[in-house]
Formats: sequence, C-alpha cells, structure tokens
Amino acid sequence: MQKQAIFQSKLLPYALVAPQLAIVLIFFYWPAVQAVIQSFLLQDAFGLSTSFVWFENYVELFGDPAYFETIVRTFVFSFAIAASSLSVALLLAVMADKPLRGGAVYRTLLIWPYAVAPPVVGVLWVFMLHPSLGVLSRYLRAAGIEWNPLLDGDQAATLVILAAAWKQISYNFLFFLAGLASIPKSVLEAAAIDGARPMRRFWTVTFPLLSPTIFFLLVVNIVYAFFDTFGIIDTMTRGGPGTSTVTLVYKVYNDGLIGGNLGGSAAQSVILMVMVIVLTGIQFRFVERKVTY
Amino acid sequence: MALRHFGAAAAVAIAVGMTASPALAVTEIQWWHAMTGANNDVIVKLANDFNASQSDYKVIPTYKGSYPDTMNAGIAAFRAGNAPHIMQVFEVGTATMMAATGAVKPVYKLMADAGEKFDPKNYLSAITGYYSTSKGEMLSFPFNSSSTVMWVNLDELKKVNAEIPKTWPEVFAVAKKLHDNGHPTCGFSNSWVTWVNLEQLSAWHNVPLASKANGLDGFDTKLEFNAPLQEKHLEKLVELQKDKTYDYAGRTNQGEGRFTSGECAIYLTSSAFFGNVKAQAKFNFTAAPMPYYPDVKGAPQNSIIGGASLWVMGGKSADEYKGVAKFLTFLSDTDRQVYIHKASGYLPITKAAYEKAKAEGFYKDQPYLETPLLELTNKEPTENSRGLRLGNMVQLRDVWAEEIEQALAGKKTAKQALDASVERGNTMLRQFEKTAVK
Repeated sequence: MQKQAIFQSKLLPYALVAPQLAIVLIFFYWPAVQAVIQSFLLQDAFGLSTSFVWFENYVELFGDPAYFETIVRTFVFSFAIAASSLSVALLLAVMADKPLRGGAVYRTLLIWPYAVAPPVVGVLWVFMLHPSLGVLSRYLRAAGIEWNPLLDGDQAATLVILAAAWKQISYNFLFFLAGLASIPKSVLEAAAIDGARPMRRFWTVTFPLLSPTIFFLLVVNIVYAFFDTFGIIDTMTRGGPGTSTVTLVYKVYNDGLIGGNLGGSAAQSVILMVMVIVLTGIQFRFVERKVTY
Repeated sequence: MALRHFGAAAAVAIAVGMTASPALAVTEIQWWHAMTGANNDVIVKLANDFNASQSDYKVIPTYKGSYPDTMNAGIAAFRAGNAPHIMQVFEVGTATMMAATGAVKPVYKLMADAGEKFDPKNYLSAITGYYSTSKGEMLSFPFNSSSTVMWVNLDELKKVNAEIPKTWPEVFAVAKKLHDNGHPTCGFSNSWVTWVNLEQLSAWHNVPLASKANGLDGFDTKLEFNAPLQEKHLEKLVELQKDKTYDYAGRTNQGEGRFTSGECAIYLTSSAFFGNVKAQAKFNFTAAPMPYYPDVKGAPQNSIIGGASLWVMGGKSADEYKGVAKFLTFLSDTDRQVYIHKASGYLPITKAAYEKAKAEGFYKDQPYLETPLLELTNKEPTENSRGLRLGNMVQLRDVWAEEIEQALAGKKTAKQALDASVERGNTMLRQFEKTAVK
C-alpha cells in the first residue's frame, strides 16, 4: 500500500498544515516565549514600570531553600496522585468489565466525577473532611483520630492527594475500560483453558496488553498532577497549613496572581515547563521501551 | 431550542445596543465589585437608583468574584487597555493600587476636576485616613468598611456564669470555663488569623506592625511585629491550642460557622459577619469590643478598618469622569449612607450618616452595630493605628499565616514563627519597593 500522499501542487500540503501550525504557534509557542521573556523582567502588577534584570528572578528562586522543598513536595504529590488514581481506576475497570447485571449503570456512575470542576471537588471534600464543617471528620474524631488538617500538614497533604486522585479516577477508568474491551477474549479464554487462574491471567495477559494505555495514562496523570491540581489546593487548603500543600503550580499562581510578582512567577513557570519536558522525555525514552503496542 | 433563542436574542440585543446607544448618548460607567448575596442586592439597588435619578450616565455593576479575583480582573483589564471606571478593592490591596501612579485617578483630583462639591472633612476620618495620603488627600472612596469585633454567644456565657470578657486574660479564663463545660472543641476562636492576631492587635495596643507609620509614610518600610506583645499573644494561643481552649479556624472566614452553630461561644471576626449571625444564630448574641492586655499602657487605642473602597481607574474621558464623580456624590448622600449601613451592616462613611442613624435610635435596639464605630474612634489615631499600607499585602498575610500555623502546630516556637514572618515579609516588601512606580 502506498503510504505517501501525492499532491499536485507544492503549496497545497503547506496550506493544509497551516491552520494546525498556526494554532500550535499561537497557543503553545507564543505564550511559552512570553513566559521566557517575562522571566527576565521585573515588573509591577499593572505593567507600568519594567526593567530587564537578566537572571535575577532565577537566582532568587534557587537561593531560596523553600523552593527546593516545593519541588520535592510536588514530585511526591504527583507520584502519589498518579499511583493511587491509576491503581484504583484499574481495579474498578477490571471489576466493571465483568459481565454484570446493570453494568452500564455502574460504568456511567463511575465516569461522572470527571465532569466535576477541580475547585468543586475541593469544596466537596472540604464539606466532608473540614475539621469543624466536615461530616466525616465527626466520625473520625469519634473513632479517636485527632483529625485537624487545618494544623496538621500531613493530614492536609493526604486530603489534597485524595481529592486530586479521586477526580482523576473516572478519566483513567474510561481509558482502562476501553483498553480492556480491546483485549481479545480468545486469548484470555485460551489462558483459562490452559489452567491459568484469574490473577495469573491478569498479570500475564491483560496487564501487558494494557501497557500502552497505562503508559499513556501515566503521562497524562503526571501532567494533571503537576498542572491541574491548583484549583483543588486553592479551595481546600490555600497551600497551608504552613507550606505543606504548596506545589510548584500553586506557587506560580500565588506569587504571580496574588503576589503580583510576575517576573518570579514567570521564572517558575519556565522551570516547570522544562521539568515537564524532561519528565516526558524520560518517560518516552525509558518507560516506553517496556510498552508493547 | 432554548439556546438558539438565546443566541438570537443576544444578537438582537447587540444590534440594538450598537445602533441605539449613540442615539441616546448615555455614558456608561462600569463598576466592578466583589459583593455577593444581600450586599450584591444593595449594589444593584444603588446603581438602579442612580440611573433612575438622571439620564446622562448609566452605572453598570458587574460581580467579578472574590476580592482578590476582582482586583486581579481589574489589573488584567488595565493591562489589556479596558479597565472598568470604578473598581472595588479590599483594604489590603490599597498599597498596590496606590503604587500604581497613572493607573488610578485619585478621588480628590477626580472631584476637583469634575467640579463636584466635596469636602473630606464630612467623612469619618477613622475610615478615610486609611485611604488618604499623609496630606489628607483622599485617594479612593470608602465604600464598605468594617472592623474586628468579638462576637459573643450570651446564652453559653450565662450557662458558665461568665460576664462578657473585656481583656485578653479574661477571655482566656472564660474560654477555659467554656472548654471545661460543654465546649471541648472550642473555647474561643477567630477568622482572618493575621488581621485579628497581628494587625488589629498591634493597632489596638498602639505598637507598630511596621516602620514608617506602618508603611503610610513610604514603601521603604520594615516589619517590626516580632516584639514582646505579639510574641506573648501568640505564645498564649499556642498554649491554648493544645487542648482546644483556643482552636484555629483557618486563614479566611471559613470558620465563622463555628460561631453561628454554637460550637465556639467567643469568636473574633469582622463586624460584617452581622448579616450571617442575624440570619443563622439561634441564641442571644452581641458584638463586644476587641479584648486588650491591661498591662499595656494606653490600651486600648483604636482599631483599624477592613472592607473595601472604590478606586477610579485612569485613562478615561472627562465626560466619563464627570459621571463617576456624580455617582460618588450620590453615594455620599446622608440618607443613602444610612440605607447602606442598615442594609449591609457595614459602617456609614460620613459623619452626618452616623449622627442620623444615632438620632433615629438605630443603635438602641442593636447596640452591637455601633461597636466597630466606637472601636475605630476610641482614641485619636496614632502612627501605629492609622492604617496599614504594605505592598503585596495579600501574599504577606499568607506568609504570616503559614508561620503562625507552624507555631500552632508545635513545629516552631512563637518567637521563631514571628521572626520568620518578619524576615520573609521584609524580603517581599523589598521586592515590592523595587517594582513600585517611583
């Protein structure tokens, strides 16, 4: 089969690609370049006075030990969010994939939470687990657990991870379900006839065949944990108590929008951007090798 | 279907708007604000009344989200070249707005240019002082002002045979009693942890929060609140947090429900909490003045305000400014101020309105509504109690709250937490000083 399309005119292919290129340039590269430029500037919130300061914003960031803590914390958060939401989603998908009465209902219900906006998720969990407003915190206290995420940093971090992971489960679930549906039943049946028990069937047949899905979701989840969780953090903890739930992206928001420190905030976004590029690179370079398509 | 109708309606509306507005020659004045619920109704009513009172100008109020959201929206709009005419900015944004020379049109100048009758002496100086230069030039127009008061659940106090505490030691003692008798999770608490326990505490005891009259006399100000009084106070809170005689309720006002639900019988927060208390509390309550330490000489001094003011943005036409000036005059009207005061629970901003509310006997039934006014005017303001003008105040508060939380969680001592607050805050102030327009 011929894979190459043949165009009559030399310009036509460029014209066809142009809209896509324009979108990429305007919505991806232009803001990225803007961020890099902004990170070399010192500017007030209104943009009335601007001075070029070279790398001062970066020097200041890396001179701040708290920034390194934030980096480490962000990695811990992202790993915890990705790991927990992926594993729970996989478990649910495997269960929902079984022939069940009313299976469609379960599936629909499990997909619903994805439609909830992150700040709403935050508020929802606050209502459940806020030390004084929370419904669940009353039971936790009754069970003798000293529950107070307003002052206990570890509890607050757990709460944020829980809420962020919960929201992502639906998305992962959907992809896992689709992935499971594409696994040929004949292979599983053959394995069953050969005497493989369900667990063994899962680990030797299903899991490897799901690996492209898992890999894709891993990238998506890490990017989600890096960038999309700030709405949850803002409504739940506002970074507190102390700085125990301040992640990189929350710091960007807080310093830039609340603090009006646009240069410092831009420098942070550039670092964040580089980090995600490197991370994605590593994933594709090393993790992808273990993926069988 | 509904959506299609809506689209058609919108198209018609736009077409009509485009063709009709020049014919009517009405100058539109955009007013961005952050008021919700009953206070939003007040804003809408004020705009409608103004629009009905004359036909040259039309004030269009738009809700833009929380205070920080509204301010950020305004700043972003300014950068994009279409700022609103009037922007409601909360008091902690004052320094940022003030530093933006050229982005804002000072109110005193606006009124003079537009030829509106305007005498700053008609306004309560305890309120306008916050928004004026050291020369007494009013930069923004006070709109909704409040102050910290101590909300007290009278029924619960009666149960433990306690009087309304006046001093901090009394508060601690009453809280202990409450804690031991039916309030195991909260003897007393507060919202806005830094406003109540640092900013107001300092002003109320006439000690500085920062040098240069708390920043009023220049941006080269340094924080100074790691002093004995503030340290002693925080130490006490840390000690009482251990068994929940005091229980931390968060950085903003999210914990206020603990008072109306009856969990905390003593709760320090804004006087603007009144509307919610009235609507929800099923007990007798009052708002008492903030407590003080009797061993501090001269205490109590006077409190400082919270709330927001209206800033007029720069770069608009003379005709638009005339409309804005007329609107501010309209707001200053005595009857209107009395209405705002009664409807929202915020303070009246003119002396005449205060006198009128008093003469009408408004405070006889509800004496606690006068409490914040009495606090604000308790004594002639000093350098330490006139107000605060620190750059980046929103983020400063977050940093201070972070440190206080560390202390309350037992990870730092009160002294360490305050020292760190001052040090981190000073770094941010220097940053602000660098970017402020000279």
